[in-house]
Amino acid sequence: MLDVTELSRAYGQGPAAHLAIADVTFSVERGELLTIVGPSGCGKSTLLRCIGGLLAPTSGGVVLNGAPVTRVPDRLAVVLQDYSRSLYPWLSVADNVALPLRRTVKGRTARRAAAVAALETVGLADAARRHPWQLSGGMQQRVAIARALACDPVLLLMDEPFGSVDAQTREDLEDLVLAVRAERGITILLVTHDIDESVYVGDRVVVLTGGPGRIRAILRVSLPAPRDQIATRELPEFVHLRAEVSRLVRSGSQAQAQLAGD
Amino acid sequence: MSRASGRRRGTAVVRGVIGIAAFIALAQIVGETGIIKQNVLPLVSTMLAQAARLAGNGRFLADIGATLEAWAAGLAITVIIAVPAGLLLGSVPVVRVATRAVVEFLRPIPSVAFILLVNLLIGPGLRMTLTVIVYGSLWPILYNTMAGLDDVDPVAKETLRAFGFGRLAIIRFVSLRSAAPHIATGIRIASAVSLILAIATGYQTGRINGPGIGAFIADANSGAGNTPLVLGAVVWTGLLGVVLNMLLVTAERLLLPWHKASLMETS
Amino acid sequence: MSERKRAPRRLPSRRGGDSRRGSKPAERSEALARRKTQRAAAAAPPLGGGGRRGPKPAARQRGLGAKDTWRGGKHSWLSRWVVLACGVALWQLWAGHRHSAFFPPPSTIWSAMHQKWFNGPAGHLFLNSNATGNILPSLGRIGLGLAIVVAIGVPLGIAIGRSRVLMDYLDPLLQFFRSIPVVTAAPVFIALFKIGTQMEVATIVAGTIWPLLLNTIDGARSVDPVQVETARAFRYTAWVRLRWLIFPSTLPSIFTGLRLALSLSLILMVFSELVGSSNGIGYEMDQANSAFNLPDLWSALVLLGILGYLMNAILYLAERYVLAWHRASHG
Repeated sequence: MLDVTELSRAYGQGPAAHLAIADVTFSVERGELLTIVGPSGCGKSTLLRCIGGLLAPTSGGVVLNGAPVTRVPDRLAVVLQDYSRSLYPWLSVADNVALPLRRTVKGRTARRAAAVAALETVGLADAARRHPWQLSGGMQQRVAIARALACDPVLLLMDEPFGSVDAQTREDLEDLVLAVRAERGITILLVTHDIDESVYVGDRVVVLTGGPGRIRAILRVSLPAPRDQIATRELPEFVHLRAEVSRLVRSGSQAQAQLAGD
Repeated sequence: MSRASGRRRGTAVVRGVIGIAAFIALAQIVGETGIIKQNVLPLVSTMLAQAARLAGNGRFLADIGATLEAWAAGLAITVIIAVPAGLLLGSVPVVRVATRAVVEFLRPIPSVAFILLVNLLIGPGLRMTLTVIVYGSLWPILYNTMAGLDDVDPVAKETLRAFGFGRLAIIRFVSLRSAAPHIATGIRIASAVSLILAIATGYQTGRINGPGIGAFIADANSGAGNTPLVLGAVVWTGLLGVVLNMLLVTAERLLLPWHKASLMETS
Repeated sequence: MSERKRAPRRLPSRRGGDSRRGSKPAERSEALARRKTQRAAAAAPPLGGGGRRGPKPAARQRGLGAKDTWRGGKHSWLSRWVVLACGVALWQLWAGHRHSAFFPPPSTIWSAMHQKWFNGPAGHLFLNSNATGNILPSLGRIGLGLAIVVAIGVPLGIAIGRSRVLMDYLDPLLQFFRSIPVVTAAPVFIALFKIGTQMEVATIVAGTIWPLLLNTIDGARSVDPVQVETARAFRYTAWVRLRWLIFPSTLPSIFTGLRLALSLSLILMVFSELVGSSNGIGYEMDQANSAFNLPDLWSALVLLGILGYLMNAILYLAERYVLAWHRASHG
């Protein structure tokens, strides 16, 4: 469904240009949950933005459902890390969720209904009339997810969405993402720096190395579904995978550091 | 990165210059094609020529000097009075509340309205001008100084106190330093106010008040067909305002290097 | 280089590196300090008038601060009136004792005010014909001037603020024009339009456009990049972006500019009427001045103070209502 081919992106020009990602190639199946993990500064966010059409790649391309991505495609939704700032404080929660629907859904009641439905999916139906700043961080992120879901996307991009919430909330949100995917069959790309998360949530894990970001490995996660925060994480399979990813990430950064040291 | 920002600034400067040039050219065209009649608004070229001629006009230069004198003296007096007063009054809670109340009620009254009163009280002359200027410039500096004291980071104060520093030391090391940018901004506002009041007083009372740009414009205004003269003088006051503001920004940057002052920071 | 939180393009920044997404604590406290003084600058207008808030720490576009240490809460509001009452009482005592012609006692001033303006029928809010003939025109000029300024300044400010190109071209011009001392607008327009309402409204417009325009530009420039990126990611149309992102985001700055414009309008109204009018409060002041009528002169001053206070109070209430979200989220 999604094909990324030799994607490269450089910032700046000439000799001072900084290559953020280089020759990234992978594919994503429909309904798959792909996690992208790597050390900080390895270009994960750049990669996600290029896939989402928010950034133009310097070379290479992205093809979504057969059509090349030149700008933000239809039926694509994004959840950023900075949820508290991505929600508009002058709108209520329901209005925030309904705003993206103005393009596609005509009629205020229809939009409202869709917004409330999306909020129900994330368990925040009774927060509809409140304002984002009245909610906790975890709830705000849920609203951002609801907003993404309300557009009925085929592809959901999440850029370190749970980076700024506490551990408890993060577990709940991870399970929420899994539930949403199971229910709706959306394809999800989730960028994270949390290795545990990448293994727990993902069907496959893409490990990026640092500067410039290249694919180090793509691992298939063979853990059973449905996943459980406690049970799954106890499985030897999980521990093994997690260690493997960790090793890859580390060796990647070490190689990087060595290169930089020259 | 700094090369990129240097390039960026260069672009901005070039565009700014083009903007000014385009504006002048456009205004000239509008005047010459008669879209705005020349007896309503004279040609830009006439205005600029008149402004240039003013530079050689001895009386005008003397007037500029006088206005600058009044501005500088008024501002200096106000700073000397208002900053210590603000620091003092702002430090004592009861007095602060009382002063606050007084300021809140006196501030809405436009200072230009006091020109008449002061004129009756003292009579025309430099003293009158200075009184008006000081009255008008007092409030921004006082207000900002007191508010600057309010704005001090309590954590910083606590830290010093925890290390055993006394009240005076706290004021010196923390309060003044956080209040300084506020005070500086207050002074910049007061500077604009001073200039405005110096000119307003001169214009309102006329030449019996002494030399000054205000008096010059008043004279120019009373003659017929002197619109270019008035506008030329106004152009000069604009330049004066820009120069004075830049002076203060530079002074602020030098004295408060940790605080990045910017030309945009006046009201 | 960490591009984790970077938007594709940085918004133009005039103040060396002002980025709300600066992740370093040092940068952030720099930016914070700068914003504090910006607020100080915005909150303390020149020439008296307006502004009943103090400068607030944090957030760039601060309208009213929830924790208003400068203004205090209800307690301070009451004490304000107490101080005023004390002040008036003191003045009355002193003036009764000194009999100064230049500082008549409040009672004299009040009776002068009553005679000049307030001895009319109750149906007219006690305003007599002199009041309606002078106070209303003055207020009308301010109203018209401000309406024009808002109608021009807000769209223009947003347009310029959102366009780096426009800003580059126009900034030096704007800086020059706003540095011209506002009172010089009066003689200019006297020369152009001769005496009358046209000249006064033009003066008010010419003077008050700058704080509104510049603050609007500032606000439009500083729309949160994260919110802008969200708008891009969800492909909001230009109209939705403008109406639901840019405009609400700029509103706090617009109100700041409006506060300043309000106080300036009072000043310019008085000044332009002093020098070139045949009716209005300023004109009455001039008359009183020529006749050496001190009580009447003081009446005008007191009236100006009252009007200024009322206008600010109204604006304050409007701001509280419109920007309730801003206070609450930045409190």
